[in-house]
Amino acid sequence: MTPVQLIFILAAAVVLGAAVMVVSSEKMLHSAFWLIVSLFGVAVLFVLLQAGFFAVIQVVVYIGAIAILVIFAVMLTRRVMDESGPQLTRWWWLGALAALGVYGILVVVLRSWAGFTTPIAEIPAGGQDIVRLLGIALISPNGYVLPFEVASILLLAALVGSIFIAWEKR
Amino acid sequence: MIPISWFLIVAAALFCIGLYGVLARKNAIAILMGVELMLNAVNINLLAFWRYWGVERVSGPVFVVIVLATAAAEVAVGLALIISAYRRRNTIAADEIDLLKG
Repeated sequence: MTPVQLIFILAAAVVLGAAVMVVSSEKMLHSAFWLIVSLFGVAVLFVLLQAGFFAVIQVVVYIGAIAILVIFAVMLTRRVMDESGPQLTRWWWLGALAALGVYGILVVVLRSWAGFTTPIAEIPAGGQDIVRLLGIALISPNGYVLPFEVASILLLAALVGSIFIAWEKR
Repeated sequence: MIPISWFLIVAAALFCIGLYGVLARKNAIAILMGVELMLNAVNINLLAFWRYWGVERVSGPVFVVIVLATAAAEVAVGLALIISAYRRRNTIAADEIDLLKG
């Protein structure tokens, strides 16, 4: 077992264990904190995929913004007394069955794919830095400038919309 | 050393845990957290396929950037809606907000 494999197994255990704790915690704040742990594990997985840029983006955007937003919302919508009531709907076992079914289908379909056991290939030396390539692609007219601009407008719309929705009318 | 199957299995498991969270939880914010888990699973998949099957292409990372931005926008709007609904109904259990009229 190489060290990289060991790190992968640890990171995967953290990700999946924390995710299970997210969906099964009684208190909402605990769920939010376990979500932060899981997102850190996903950042480690990104590093193992040699996408270190996305690991940093994950920590800054997902943990530093989205998870903090979730904690804000949990704090603002606290029901004082019945925080620890049953947190599952009446048909939660159907949800568990559906999730297991989807997982089984995914594993079966993936295993029947020929490229499932592709080993890792070396990055060709002399290739350009991925961050530089990403930056050029996001603003070049032959590249992905249109999705980039659309995503910017989407963020603007979400910003204005959420301010308007959550505005407290006096 | 690490075949792609490991990453795909982890991403599939994370996706299904998020799916269970969406289907089985009452609190609306808990449902949103399940959606976030599913989006992270998609990101793992995208980067795994980019790394193993086309490192020279840049469309994988671009897709991940767009998914990340969309997830952030969706969480912001979703939480604003939940806070607004909480102010009116004083509840955020998904099965108690079942009437269209305020």
